[in-house]
Amino acid sequence: MEIFGIPIQALFGQLLIGLINGSFYALLSLGLAVIFGLLNIINFTHGAQYMLGAFCSYLLLNKLGIGYWWSLLITPIIVGASGMLIERLMLARLYKLDHLYGLLLTFGLALIIQGLFRNEFGSSGLPYRVPAELTGGQNLGFMFLPNYRGWVVVTSLVVCLVTWYVIERTKLGAYLRAATENPQLVQAFGINVPRMITLTYGFGVALAAFAGVMAAPIYQVNPLMGADLIIVVFAVVVIGGMGSIMGAIVTGFGLGIIEGLTKVFYPEASNTVIFIIMAIVLLVKPAGLFGTQK
Amino acid sequence: MSTSPLSANPASDGSRAQLIAFAIMAAVLLIAPIWVYPIFMMKVMCLALFACAFNLLIGFGGLLSFGHAMFLGSAGYVSAWCAKSLGLTPELSILAGTLAATLVAIVSGLLAIRRQGIYFAMITLALAQMIFFFCLQAPFTGGEDGIQAVPRGKLFGLIDLTSNTAMYGLVLVIFLGAFLLIWRIVHSPFGQVLKAVRENEARAISLGYDTDRYKLFAFILSGTLSGLAGATKALVFQLASLTDVHWTMSGEVVLMTLVGGLGTLFGPVVGAAVIISMQNYLAQFGAWVTVIQGVIFVICVLAFRRGIIGEIAHAIRKPL
Repeated sequence: MEIFGIPIQALFGQLLIGLINGSFYALLSLGLAVIFGLLNIINFTHGAQYMLGAFCSYLLLNKLGIGYWWSLLITPIIVGASGMLIERLMLARLYKLDHLYGLLLTFGLALIIQGLFRNEFGSSGLPYRVPAELTGGQNLGFMFLPNYRGWVVVTSLVVCLVTWYVIERTKLGAYLRAATENPQLVQAFGINVPRMITLTYGFGVALAAFAGVMAAPIYQVNPLMGADLIIVVFAVVVIGGMGSIMGAIVTGFGLGIIEGLTKVFYPEASNTVIFIIMAIVLLVKPAGLFGTQK
Repeated sequence: MSTSPLSANPASDGSRAQLIAFAIMAAVLLIAPIWVYPIFMMKVMCLALFACAFNLLIGFGGLLSFGHAMFLGSAGYVSAWCAKSLGLTPELSILAGTLAATLVAIVSGLLAIRRQGIYFAMITLALAQMIFFFCLQAPFTGGEDGIQAVPRGKLFGLIDLTSNTAMYGLVLVIFLGAFLLIWRIVHSPFGQVLKAVRENEARAISLGYDTDRYKLFAFILSGTLSGLAGATKALVFQLASLTDVHWTMSGEVVLMTLVGGLGTLFGPVVGAAVIISMQNYLAQFGAWVTVIQGVIFVICVLAFRRGIIGEIAHAIRKPL
């Protein structure tokens, strides 16, 4: 069977890869958007923290014998806690300065983390086995769907939607949104805003680490796995606009799919298509698809 | 009317300090090759010019570009390709490379100035990454190998640049000329408006300035001068490679400027010298260089925001 001269197997295969990439774009841009909302900082360390998630998972398995499922819970907590430490010790000193200093600091931290891991583990990838429960796959008739990949897409979608629900529909989320709009006022109402900022940063970082754990069995565990990815995610964030949580999720998945389709129809442009879309969006709607220009 | 850059503010005290600093810098660069390996000094000058051009944008215009490698790298490729494949003379190759960077700057500038602050940084980074992939895949760049064995040729068909002394002279002239140009730009009415935009854009708009046009022009100037640095560097090393378009280079130029002092004239030069010396001495330690650069970033942002020259200028209370 063929569509537009492309074998349908190849088409759906790339579509699935696109969906997988889109899951990671969505999770990472969601974390960036949550952090940016409250801290007004673009977290350049996000890619490195995604990598930390994958490595933490790898080390838990190989040093302590803790498997994938526990790792899915423990790793985000460990990496998220390390993020909170960074926020308390370093980022908190910069809130009164130009926001660009936050970007520079987190860039420096990313260099440190990636450099240290490259010294320790080299640049080649380390394998992480797919958990036994999710090996094998389903034959859907038109394509073969490995179970693990299906799991990644569904899980990230669920995590994204839960995050959206918590921020947009619960009381906790209401505090968060209020503090994003006017931190002084919220503080005056007796809410501990500094602690909220720390927890928010920790949560955003934990999301990145969670993405890292899920990525470990698909991509190899590599010190630089987040370095180039984060630049694509920045473009995703510019396209979606950081004002809306749902916007981050939709653009993440959407661009993953578009990237996958580009691989089928015009492979030469698959590396650059997201940046080209970013340029077009900037021309047509500078604030981003879901953003509001301040 | 004298239009010499040196007479921008002849009476003021600050300008005298800058004149003395310039004289010291020129003297050091002139006699340095006696003791220091000339290729190393040429690298310092090329990247110092790159950092000065970058600083024109962030230090005086308040715009943080995280993609300046796209100008350095693309100019390097075009200049190397002109010298090698077209057999152009070095001055024409450098000119072609610089113009290529101008073109990239016009297009990327038109896109990037549509957003401010953090978004501006992210957009320039993303555009630079696009240029990186273009250079990786384009047929004339040689992919992972780059363009190697670029002939330096004869300047104006007369002076043979294969001798390091002649090449050093050319790089010195380009560097000092571009430095004086930047000095002039900063003190010109244009530079003053740029500072006004940095300090308070809304107010500059209300005073009737078309701030977008000023920002775009600053971006193009900065990109062009970065291109000049890249085009020259390609001839010095006889090589154009992916290193110069990669985002790590964009990060390094930020670091150089930060270490030397944002918004100072001489800071980027000192910063470039410090960072490149460090890379040179630590080259044997591999990835540790990245770690140390990261640590310097963190220290500079947390505790040393004025940079080396910024601290000196603060101590003597004169702009440098």
